[in-house]
Amino acid sequence: MATDAPPPPASTGPVQPTTEAFVAVQESAEFGALRRSHRAFAFPLTVAFVLWYLLYVLMSSYAGDFMGTKVVGNINVALVFGLLQFVTTFLIAWLYSRHASTQLDPKAAAIKSRMEADV
Amino acid sequence: MSAAALTHPGVQLAAEGASEHRPLIIALFGVFVVATLFITVWAGRQTKSASDFYAGGRQFTAFQNGLAVSGDYMSAASFLGIAGAIALFGYDGFLYSIGFLVAWLVALLLVAEPLRNSGRYTMGDVLAYRMRQRPVRTAAGTSTIVVSIFYLLAQMAGAGVLVSLLLGITSDGGKIAIVALVGLLMIVYVTIGGMKGTTWVQMVKAVLLIAGTLLITFLILLKFNFNISDLLGTAASNSGKGTAFLEPGLKYGATGTSKLDFISLGIALVLGTAGLPHILIRFYTVPTAKAARKSVNWAIGIIGAFYLMTIVLGFGAAALLKPDDIIASNKAGNTAAPLAALEIGGGAGSTGGAILLAVISAVAFATILAVVAGLTLASSSSFAHDIYANVIRRGKATEKEEVRAARWATVAIGVVSIALGALARDMNVAGLVALAFAVAASANLPTILYSLFWKRFTTQGALWSIYGGLASSVLLVLFSPVVSSKPSSMFPGVDFAWFPLENPGLISIPLGFLLGWAGSLISKEEPDKGKYAELEVKSLTGTGAH
Repeated sequence: MATDAPPPPASTGPVQPTTEAFVAVQESAEFGALRRSHRAFAFPLTVAFVLWYLLYVLMSSYAGDFMGTKVVGNINVALVFGLLQFVTTFLIAWLYSRHASTQLDPKAAAIKSRMEADV
Repeated sequence: MSAAALTHPGVQLAAEGASEHRPLIIALFGVFVVATLFITVWAGRQTKSASDFYAGGRQFTAFQNGLAVSGDYMSAASFLGIAGAIALFGYDGFLYSIGFLVAWLVALLLVAEPLRNSGRYTMGDVLAYRMRQRPVRTAAGTSTIVVSIFYLLAQMAGAGVLVSLLLGITSDGGKIAIVALVGLLMIVYVTIGGMKGTTWVQMVKAVLLIAGTLLITFLILLKFNFNISDLLGTAASNSGKGTAFLEPGLKYGATGTSKLDFISLGIALVLGTAGLPHILIRFYTVPTAKAARKSVNWAIGIIGAFYLMTIVLGFGAAALLKPDDIIASNKAGNTAAPLAALEIGGGAGSTGGAILLAVISAVAFATILAVVAGLTLASSSSFAHDIYANVIRRGKATEKEEVRAARWATVAIGVVSIALGALARDMNVAGLVALAFAVAASANLPTILYSLFWKRFTTQGALWSIYGGLASSVLLVLFSPVVSSKPSSMFPGVDFAWFPLENPGLISIPLGFLLGWAGSLISKEEPDKGKYAELEVKSLTGTGAH
């Protein structure tokens, strides 16, 4: 397929492997493992936090009585539920970053350095 | 603001505090403006290449960028809008804080790193990577500019409101002059300082905003002996709504329609962030994808802490002020935070109150300036890089020509946003920003995700998704109560609102995803396998990244 205006080659840009090299790497088992490792972690986690957030939104809309239940003093379930969203956000950010630096970064770096050396 | 509202105690309260200490307020504004102009000129001297102008030379550290991302993201909507929404509607205002924060996970897990690895200067770089360049660049540039202008509108509304409160300027001419001043400053920041200057302005602003909010939060908590339950109780009884103030439903719980509106808003908030061009281009300012990831983590920490403080700020305002005073000062509650600062410092006429009011207002002013600079930069660089260089000049423009086009585009966008800013001044700025989120989530996010992760995505899919998401979200807003039919609408006197929800996300976001999928499946052309291999391998490994 032809593109009618290919992006201009960078004058001082980084080295660029050929398209064939990219296709070969994309089909390699090593890259497959990196892709799987990213997707198997990020996709289910994304679905999970979106559902968890939607549960909060839906409960706020349709379960007002339950959300209004007092927990301590004037602090009710709604506030606790909202604060839990903060906690899970921090937790997921930490979990993902740990996964990325231990599982994804080494695999990515190996592929990158080999590809750029081959140019 | 009507003459009747002017005689109201809430307005008098602020106007008195303002007029007595107007020199102090103007001095603080002036200090910030001079300091940031100094930074801008300094940064401008170091801005030589296109990469300097668009991406700040890609040499910022993860922490610096995290701070700047926070400064870019915590807008007048977060500060004035959320505090105001909580002060007026209690718990329902809290949804904004949560949605705005959780949204960062989409950016962290799916978008920030691949974007940094595969793009160069704009969101369009990634959207058009696998596609026919000219049509997709045009679409990406269009949606970047539309989203940014919606967002700019909100900031301009915030600026007008704030200054009329502070300086006692109530005439329309005075407000328009202030909006024009903000517009002029942002043009100067961006044309001279480029991304480098903008980034530093955003960092300074983030520090000021966190410090100012921390101070007021601390003082409010001190007044209630750090007893949150007491604070909430006082807010509830003072609001006149009792415990309902602390429960969901006060703003959105009245009818089936308003409940749907709440869900629509919630979805737009959580899916919008990762499609906001002015946020996305910030990831190009760091050297690697790993640094982009770390800057998101810093941003999540900083922004999370800030939103936790807005809860105290909002409920504090409700506890300290009479609801009528908040409404009289600004119908949408946008001035609740500065009024709370005045009150906690000793009230109208006291020196402490005036100082705190001035400090918080200067912080809000800084906030607005930093965010409008980021927005203007995003839209002008998209115009120059996507539309001018790659569509009009078909990739043959030199770096110099490109940057010159970006500078002229900055001026044009500045003028447009000044003109539009005057229209939106009585709307809640958080609500306005939520519309920008809805447009971003409908038009940009589907295309970003499909481009990065779906091999069968085609040019036609991208165009359907961008234009379909853009048109549906903007049209639904146009025919919603935001624009006409209600007293709080932009045009309250007329009624052409056949769409009942104020936020279009519930319809337009699924539509954007659906159109991208359908457009790809029924398109005649095959996806470009070689380009997808390039994009996918680059995005996950950083091979050949700029």
